[in-house]
This record gives sequence, structure tokens and C-alpha cells, in this order.
Amino acid sequence: MSLKVIKEIKFGILSPEAIRKMSVVKIVTADTYDDEGYPIEKGLVDPRLGVIDPGLKCRTCGMRFGECPGHFGHIELARPVIHMGYAKEIYKVLKGVCHNCHRVLLDNEEIKKYARRLKEARVRDVEKQKVLKIIAKQAARRRRYTKNNICPHCGVELPRIRFEKPTTYMENTEKLSPSDIRARLEKISAEDAELLGFDPEVARPEWLILTALPVAPVTVRPSITLESGARSEDDMTHKLVDIIRINQRLRENIDAGAPQLIVEDLWELLQYHVTTYFDNEVSGVPPARHRSGRVLKTLAQRLKGKEGRFRNNLSGKRVDFSARTVISPDPNVSINEVGVPSPVAMELTIPERVTYKTRDELRSLVLRGPSQHPGANYIIRTDGRRKRIPANDEELRKTLAEELDVGYVVERHLQDGDVVLFNRQPSLHRLSIMAHEVRVMPYRTFRLNLCVCPPYNADFDGDEMNLHVPQTEEAQAEALILMRVQEQIISPRYGEPVIGGVQDYISGAYILTREGTEFSRREVEEMLCMAGLGVETSQDKEIWTGKEVFSLLLPPDLNVEYKNKICRRCTTCKEKECPYDGYVVIKDGKLLKGAIDGMAYKARSECKLLDKLVKDYGTDTGRKFLDSITRLILWVLGMKGITVDMNDVELDQDAKDRIDEVLQDGENKVDKLIEAYHNGELEPLPGQSLEETLEKKIMQVLAAARDRAGQIAEEYLGMERFSVIMAKTGAKGNMLDLTQMAACLGQMSVRGERLHRGYNNRSLSHFKENELSARSRGFVRSSYNKGLSPTEFFFHAMGGREGLVDTAVRTAQSGYMQRRLMNAMQDLKVEYDRTVRDNTGLVIQFMYGEDGVDPARSDYGKAVDIDWIIHKHMEAV
Amino acid sequence: MKKIDPTHHELVPRHVVLEEEEVEKLLHVYNITRDKLPLIKAADPVVKAIGARPGQVIKIIRTGSPAGEAVTYRLIIK
Ligand SMILES: [Mg+2]
Ligand SMILES: [Zn+2]
Ligand SMILES: [Zn+2]
Ligand SMILES: [Zn+2]
Repeated sequence: MSLKVIKEIKFGILSPEAIRKMSVVKIVTADTYDDEGYPIEKGLVDPRLGVIDPGLKCRTCGMRFGECPGHFGHIELARPVIHMGYAKEIYKVLKGVCHNCHRVLLDNEEIKKYARRLKEARVRDVEKQKVLKIIAKQAARRRRYTKNNICPHCGVELPRIRFEKPTTYMENTEKLSPSDIRARLEKISAEDAELLGFDPEVARPEWLILTALPVAPVTVRPSITLESGARSEDDMTHKLVDIIRINQRLRENIDAGAPQLIVEDLWELLQYHVTTYFDNEVSGVPPARHRSGRVLKTLAQRLKGKEGRFRNNLSGKRVDFSARTVISPDPNVSINEVGVPSPVAMELTIPERVTYKTRDELRSLVLRGPSQHPGANYIIRTDGRRKRIPANDEELRKTLAEELDVGYVVERHLQDGDVVLFNRQPSLHRLSIMAHEVRVMPYRTFRLNLCVCPPYNADFDGDEMNLHVPQTEEAQAEALILMRVQEQIISPRYGEPVIGGVQDYISGAYILTREGTEFSRREVEEMLCMAGLGVETSQDKEIWTGKEVFSLLLPPDLNVEYKNKICRRCTTCKEKECPYDGYVVIKDGKLLKGAIDGMAYKARSECKLLDKLVKDYGTDTGRKFLDSITRLILWVLGMKGITVDMNDVELDQDAKDRIDEVLQDGENKVDKLIEAYHNGELEPLPGQSLEETLEKKIMQVLAAARDRAGQIAEEYLGMERFSVIMAKTGAKGNMLDLTQMAACLGQMSVRGERLHRGYNNRSLSHFKENELSARSRGFVRSSYNKGLSPTEFFFHAMGGREGLVDTAVRTAQSGYMQRRLMNAMQDLKVEYDRTVRDNTGLVIQFMYGEDGVDPARSDYGKAVDIDWIIHKHMEAV
Repeated sequence: MKKIDPTHHELVPRHVVLEEEEVEKLLHVYNITRDKLPLIKAADPVVKAIGARPGQVIKIIRTGSPAGEAVTYRLIIK
């Protein structure tokens, strides 16, 4: 078959001829099966409509069940009916054409004008839609005139036309029958049809009215055989039965010359059934029901809504070999692993081929069967037949195990070490799906190492995650090489680790490695055992410092020096002599100076240690480091403890007095500014009004006062407080948060201005109108620890609300932007010649990113770290 | 009004018209046909300034990029 390129797609309406042409059988009888259970010819399950019974061949195409796509039939309607999906379109056309001469209701001038505009707009669809809308409106306008409401072509008076949902049209007081309407539509010329928005080649106006109804293939409305042997038909078939019955009665009555009234009633009934065949939830139409009283699900119901074809089956498919459950943390599983609950492991399987090497092993799995953990659920014989291993019949299991031979395939339970894909929605980047190794565990949650939470953006407040099992060795190998967690430690986005220490692992590392932490040999043995390090502790050493213990995790030739997070940014850094543990020196794998903190291995930040380990020693070293340090610190925290309480932000009276003084001073300055403003002594800043100048100056003064108060508080907030450890090491929070708790909240603001709206010319009724003072405009002098006054509390809520709205808006906007970028770039790919091309081969960039650097393999985005290479080289020399 | 030559502006990278042989070489190196090249309109101010014609290929040498010197090529279209 030769490859063809689709140039364009055109949508049209099925004409009655087209419906008859694609039809393989004209359905005339409402019956389905005869007494012997065979489908009746020309019935609703005519064998030409496709096959739904395995083993039978299709009468039309000769293919079997599953291969035959099914074929349409049709029903000849005794009288035309309105297609409810086109009812609105029909109304538009009726309004726009004359009932007498069937011309569009525009004079010749207008026709010429709009035809030209339409032609010009052809290129762009949006434009075209706009022009068509105008034409429709212009054409319908004459009908609404009270005077001169005549056709510009034949001069006949134009009656009003009303549309009554869903399928009735009234001309003045008379009902228009579908036949009348069809007759009118038929006579519209091709040129006029185009002005009304039709492409007469593929959509003639009269095709909006049905004279032949397509009958869907049986493959989309299969009948099911109940246990009792009785057949149960699909809702669509039920609906078609109704249509055929009424259609037949209508035809008989017409042929017999029955009174007009009876014919019209039956016609109306036919319209009802055809309408509900398309959509059973049309407003104004009672839904068609099953004999049992259940509302029937017809065409529209299959597509619409959450359970419909689009949202349920096309946008989100369910897949086999997958599992979903709640996640919970476990520092004892490696970052490469995922804890899989045993009930899940017994449901998910991997097909394994029996070879001479694996035969005995697999036999024992078959013997254990589906209900004990390392077991198996199915065997597949060499001819491809599947056999379920019974849970209760041990004898049969024995027979099956013995039958097992080379070439058989066993679908065995998920076992430790199997490669699976683990995923958390929303899958925004490639790190949202990573390959983990299975660790089968008791209970019912997926277990996850805390270091991999950042890339998934996972926490444990009820988050659920999905797991998928690759079924072939190729897929498993590919997943392992490309998607394994340890290969993703460095982010492809910014070249820094995204997998690394979080929260307590950071503060814990500080507690372990700060100056003065010591352990007895017994303790060290215990913690190393816990960390899974088989290091021999030397016999003569009774007391270990935390730094010595930590050094055991490092490669023996590691050399790093950096300023860490707790560095106080002294004007002249004493480097190695830093008295505050602020300068880290690691020489020959020994931590000599400084404490380990966020700067060393915190996820999603510039981290000197983990980054170096992964880039210089490989991902294996990085993974081992993270695995051991999480366990090591778990022990340390278990022994030393870490806790936060109100006392962490309690200052002594001396500090409180100083802060009070600073804040009072600030408020006084504000009062002076206001006074100067009122006396007209304030000089306006360039380009600003006097009021703006005053506001700006007040904001500056108050910000300075708050900062000063914060500084004073910081002096008293020492490392003996755990909250401070958390903030300074980068584990959680920052010093601003803490000073807000301890000293002063500062100015609340909305849209960058002091709070001033709410009541007439004042923020709250507690203040005078037009008062400009600090506390009347949202300056919160209290700290969280002291507690807020009622007015301060309200101000705080105002500022807080803006923050909440901002985040909500921002996430919505950035989400949309992200989706658009993803859709625009999803087919771009880096070719082997390092060009970036789209799916048609069009070159987007001649070199990926203009420099060909993969950020995940780069040094913080740069190709190489020249300084480091020189440094290393010099050392070697 | 005095016409400004955009090529003299410091933010405008260097645009060079490629000789026909150079174009052939370029297409050969990347194993592509002309229609796979990125495009630029003949009405582009810089294209007009250097007097390039539709069908020709220009080379754009950017120096401000974090990657140092970055080169790209564009086919001129009407
Ligand atoms: Mg959550
Ligand atoms: Zn078929
Ligand atoms: Zn007329
Ligand atoms: Zn320092």
C-alpha cells in the first residue's frame, strides 16, 4: 500500500441517497430472531449488518467476529421527519428564505455584496462564520417588519415563523409539516444556499430533513444472551423497533386512506421516536422508557458527559496490568523501589517463558497457585491456549506444574525486583512517570521513599498513585535504562537535583553533623546497621563525632568546599576557620569542617554535595547516598528528637522592649509624615502626586521598622530553637516567617497598596474617615505569638485573601499556558544530528538549545564546569 | 524621514546571504530539502536591508546567546 497524505477533510450531511447507498439492507420488519433463534432477514439484526456471534461469518464482508466492523442498514420513512440535531439550522433557513419564490430574503444589491464578502472571508474560517452570522440576521430582518414585510423578489407578504422546541415550526398559527419544509428547502438555489452557510456539494438544505434513517450496525448495539438463554437487546435496538412499528402503521394508514387526523397523530409519534433515537434527554420531550420503566440510553447519551465515549473511553482509557492505591512513606525502601501491597502483587502478573533454567522455579510458582504470594495465575500452552491455575484444587495444580515444559509461558505474580512504572497525576513532566523496582509488602498502600516526593509532587494526605507493569523484557529493560528513578536525580529542566533530602532529613543532617554532636561506639554501630552500611567501626575508638559518622557515607576520594545555608555571610569569610559551622570542607571523603544542611542535598535547590556525587561518581553513588542518609538520619532523629513549640518564638522582655521601641519609632515617623503632608510641607517625588509620595514614604518607613524589628528578633533566635534550625538549614520555613511569629507581622496590603477600602473613606468603622495613620491602614504591629487585635486580624484576613485568589488564578493561568506549550511542542524531537525537528522533518533548531547541551547532564545548565576541571587538574599536578 | 538601516542596530544579529554552493552544502549536511528549512519573509526589515530575494537562504549568526555563537538558517519566502 502506498502512503497517502491527507490534504483536507470536509464535513457534510448524509443525503438520503447516500444513506441508501451505504446501506446493505433495507429494514422492513421490527422482529429480531425467529423461534429457532436465527436472525430474521430484513429484521433489525439482519446477518448482513455484521456479526456479533463468535464463529459466524459476516454475510456482507465475509470476516469473522471482531474483524468485521459492521455495516449500516436503513429504514425508508413513510413520511419525512425533522432531524432534531438540525432543528435550529432548519429554523434559520426557514426564516431566511421566501415561502413563495424560495429566494433568500435579500435584495439583489445585498446578495452581491454579501457574496463578495463571503468569498473574501473564505480563507479564514472565523471570518467566514462572522459574515454568515450577519447574512442570516439580515435575511431574517424583513420578517420582523410590521410594514413592508414583503419578499424583495416576488413581493409576497412574509408571515412570522416561530420555532417550538424541539421539532415544531409555526407559520403564523399554522403548523408546518416536515414535508412542507422539505419542499421549500428543495427549491433553494445553490447560490442562495451558500449565502445561508451551506456547501451545496456536500450539504443540501433539504438533507436536514430525514426521509431515510440509517440503522446502526449490530456491532454497536449487540444483543446479549442472559443466563436463562433469553436474548436481551440493546437500548438502540429497542428504539429502532419502535420506529419501525410506527413507520409501518403510518404507511398502512396512509395507504388505506385513513383520516388526516390519525395520519398526523402517527406522524407525530414517528417524529417523537426518531427524536429520542438521537437524544433521549431533549428538553420538552418525555424520555422514552424501557418496559421496566428505565430511561433508554440512545445515541447522544452514549457520547455525552463523564461516562460518555469521549471522556470515558477516548480521553481516559482504563488499562490492564495497572493498579491504583493510596501512597504512604517508608524511608526503608530505596528511592529506586516502590512498596507494592501483596494483594496487588497477586493480581498483577508478568508473563515468563519456561526455559530449562526457569522450569523448576516456575513449576514451584504454579504449585503455589494464585492465592499465595510468590505464585502464578495462568499458564499459556505452546499453542497459545490459556489455562487458569485453580486456587483450591491442589491436584490440578500439581498436574499443571508437571505439564509445564519449555516453551510454555507462566503468568507469575509480581515479585521483588520486577520493574514497574509508577505515576502520579497530573503528569506534567517526564518525572511524573518513573521506573521503580518492586518490593512486595503487607497491607494495602504503595510505599514510597520520601526523597522521590518532589518530582511526583506527592505528599501523604491521601494522595493516590498508579502503577503499570511492562509485560515484555524489552519494555522492562527500556524502562530500567531510561526511566529508573536514580537516572532522574538531576532534573532535565534546570540541571539540579529534583530528588533529594526533604524537610526533617535536612534539619536531621544538621543535628547529626553540627559541632559537638557525639556518639558512643554502640550507638554508631546501631545507626550504621540501620543505615545498611557494613562499615567496620574501629575497636579503639569509643567516641565518634557526627561528622565522622557522616563521612562514612562519602566516597573516600571526595573533595568539596562550599559555604552552606547557615553561613552568616560575614563581611570577610573566614572560610575554614568559620566559627559557626558555616563553611563545609570535605577532604578525601572526610567531613572536616561545617555542618551538612540544605546546601548539601536538598531536593530542588542548588545542592553542592549530592550534585557532585551524582555528576562525578555516577547515579549509583547518588542513590546509595540518599538511601543510607535517610535511614541514618531517621535513627538520629529517633534518638535526639526534633520538635517545635511556642517557646521557639518567645523572646525575652529585653528583646520585646527593643522591638516595641523600633515599631513605636516607626509609627511616630509616619505621624510626622502625615503632619507634614497636612501642613503642605511634603515635597512630592518626581512624577508622583503628593498623596502617592506620602503613601510611598509611609510604606518605606514601616517596612524599615518591621525589618529592624525582625533583625532584633533574629539576634535572640538562636540555633538552640528547632524552628530556627529548620529555617536556617533550609528544611522548612524561613526567618521571615519566624520573625513574623516572634516580633511583628508588618504591613498588610492589597494590590501593593496599604488597605484603605471597605467603608466610606476608611478601612474599618473603628477609625476616623480619611485617617492615614499606620494602624488604620493595615499595619499589624503584633506578632503571631502575641496575638492580633480584632482590627489587625481583619486586616490580615484581607491581605491573606488576596494571596489565596492570586494562587488560584495563577495556577489556572499557568496550567492553561503549560497545556498550550505542550500541545504546540509535543512532536518536536532531537534527531541524531542534534537538530530539533517536528514530525514533518521541518528543522526548528539546527542545534538543540543552540548549544546542544542536555541540562540533565550539564553543570547547572552549562556544558562544563571549567573552574572545577582546572582545580582538579592543578591538584593532580 | 531618514531611513534607518536595521543591520546597524546592536540587537540585530548578523544576517548573511548564502551562495548557491553553500546552500547545497548546507542541505547536504543536514540531509534535508529546501522546504524543511525555517522560513523568513522577504518583507522582513533585515532581509530587505541586506537585499536578499525570495528563494535565497540566509545565515543568521547570533552572539548574545548563552551558548555563545549560535547559527541558524532561514529560507526567504514571499
Ligand atoms: Mg496531597
Ligand atoms: Zn461484515
Ligand atoms: Zn418571494
Ligand atoms: Zn561564612
